[in-house]
Amino acid sequence: MMKHKKKEPLFRISKSGFVPLHKAWAIRIGALLLALVVCAFIIYSIIKLNPLKVYGTMFQGAFGTNKRMWVTIRDTMMLLCIGLGLAPAFKMRFWNIGAEGQVLVGGIASAACMIYLRGKMSSTAVLPIMFVCSMLAGAIWGFIPGYFKAKYGTNETLFTLMMNYIAIQLTSYFVALWENPYGSNTVGVINSRDKFGWFPPIFGQMYGLNVIIVLVLVVFIYIYLNYTKQGFEISVVGDSENTAKYCGIDVKRVIIRTMIISGAICGIAGFLAVAGAGHTISVSTAGGRGFTTIIVAWMAKFNSFVMVLFSALLVFLEKGAMEIASRYQLSDYVSNMIIGIILFFILGSEFFINFKVRLRQRYAKDKSQ
Amino acid sequence: MNQFISLFQASIVFGTVILFGAVGEILTEKSGNLNLGVPGIMYLGSIASLIGVFYYERYAENPIPIVCILIALVCAIIASMLGGLLFSFMTITLRCNQNVMGLAFNIFAGGFANFYGGSLNKLAGGVGQINVLATSAAFRTKIPSYQSLGPFGHLFLSYGFLVYLAIFLAFAISWFLTRSTVGLNLRSVGENPATADAAGINVTKYKYISTCVGAAISGLGGLYYVMDYMKGTWDSDGSVEGLGWLAVALVIFASWKAPRAIWGSYLFGMLSWAYFYIPGLTRSSQEIFKMLPYIVTVLVLIVVAYQHKPDNQPPNALGLPYFREDR
Repeated sequence: MMKHKKKEPLFRISKSGFVPLHKAWAIRIGALLLALVVCAFIIYSIIKLNPLKVYGTMFQGAFGTNKRMWVTIRDTMMLLCIGLGLAPAFKMRFWNIGAEGQVLVGGIASAACMIYLRGKMSSTAVLPIMFVCSMLAGAIWGFIPGYFKAKYGTNETLFTLMMNYIAIQLTSYFVALWENPYGSNTVGVINSRDKFGWFPPIFGQMYGLNVIIVLVLVVFIYIYLNYTKQGFEISVVGDSENTAKYCGIDVKRVIIRTMIISGAICGIAGFLAVAGAGHTISVSTAGGRGFTTIIVAWMAKFNSFVMVLFSALLVFLEKGAMEIASRYQLSDYVSNMIIGIILFFILGSEFFINFKVRLRQRYAKDKSQ
Repeated sequence: MNQFISLFQASIVFGTVILFGAVGEILTEKSGNLNLGVPGIMYLGSIASLIGVFYYERYAENPIPIVCILIALVCAIIASMLGGLLFSFMTITLRCNQNVMGLAFNIFAGGFANFYGGSLNKLAGGVGQINVLATSAAFRTKIPSYQSLGPFGHLFLSYGFLVYLAIFLAFAISWFLTRSTVGLNLRSVGENPATADAAGINVTKYKYISTCVGAAISGLGGLYYVMDYMKGTWDSDGSVEGLGWLAVALVIFASWKAPRAIWGSYLFGMLSWAYFYIPGLTRSSQEIFKMLPYIVTVLVLIVVAYQHKPDNQPPNALGLPYFREDR
């Protein structure tokens, strides 16, 4: 008996079953606050300043001026757009970590339109063409790994990852081809004089069109995933491929179709990045967002409205941390460090939602029972 | 001939970085843990060794080569093991999704390494480039009088000791996994943790240890990168990250067999440097040539999946969390 007792572990873990929504969110917000406290300690240890004041600086960095606020909104929309693209693929349990590449090829397509169609049509007429071209480019980049996954069962995580690097090299190729001025190895701002292929300001806002396009996509993806037959097929394939086969769903077709849609939306993100934000193309046009958004989509459980929240949070953190970095002359990379720590906490918090942890009960208590 | 020798040497230097990464990752994946954080682990290994050695070289008048090497090794191993421990805690104990955690880890470790790398560059002053010459030279010490052996010496003996350590580790890990009882237990954890658990194997312990040791080996790739490939300097252009991802791809290329990763890594190196030795390329067409290693990996992925040999398949429970009370 004694021997048995010794072996009882300190913690007992069991599945928690159903957790009410408010409790789940309380745990998540608690984790976020805890993360901010931990980051405060780290910030304090680096720059020896009152963390609360530093957090105030973050707020200023993200929303301090009208312009900054719009940049924050623009970047949120960009992150959100990629996340929306990833949601269908991930809901199908297809690990599409190739968003980076899909965004880049979309961006290349947009930039190509801006460069080669200039002077052949009006600036408003070219925008729909750019939209379609970027979508197609992204769709092709999504189709390739989707096809091979469906046909031969290739490992999609690595396939899409390699497609990223192929897209990066393709971008380098076009950058070298289009470089301006010669020898700079950058494309520079495309059509800066006549703004051909740039988003026109809407309601006086530079980035108005970005917001409209992405918000339409939010609603579209929400309806697509939750209220259409195709969305239902995606979730069945994601939960169990065998069940899907048994129901007569053509699994291969669903995989290929979903990856085309996923790639196409990421391509649109490339269009936004080139025509609606940077007006240039470089290997950092996607800037690692393809990876960050995976976490956004995952944490939001692929619900597009929750995704809005998480992408806003991440962009706020990024902008804020950049402001800290420039204000206190630190390297920009401090923002990635802070974001990483916060992500650990939020990811870790899921455990406390999905599982219940009980401490070992006292011996005396056991005896009395 | 000279061109070939220099291409060969460049490929081995390149290959060794990803060989360390891949060998560590093979050990980790055999336990069923898919650590996509290899780039991050390599970042940690490289920056930790650089920091340790930087302070030593700064305060020692005449840095002793062997001490330099030891400090670098110890720092790299400790830092990457801590990274592995964090990953293990999150995925094994807290049962986070391994892919998501790996990506988050890369964001964190990349930020951490480049932040401290940048600060070190600032501390070093001057042109803003940190340089640990003594240690880098110590790591690049070659076998004496290798030149006297002609091309053979140049091709096979003109490297620092880490190149040979990587090859040795690859064989050692392979022996461990296929010929020892502990290795067999480890593989059973990766194939079917519930069965292993029923057989009395401590699944959690095996997963933790193999992930941490695997991370330590991968971290050596970062150490080799910074000390040999970069010759003791820091550059925050993110090329460690690219190499780390190639290491993950190499694991698949080698179909989870460490000895196969040896020639695979050198092949990757050769493909990556090929553009440099092909005459008449313009700057833009060079970029197309740099795609080669990635395209080859994609082709290998397709061929491996197409053949569907049971020998070449990933561990059965790869990427899945294990919870005893699950059915």
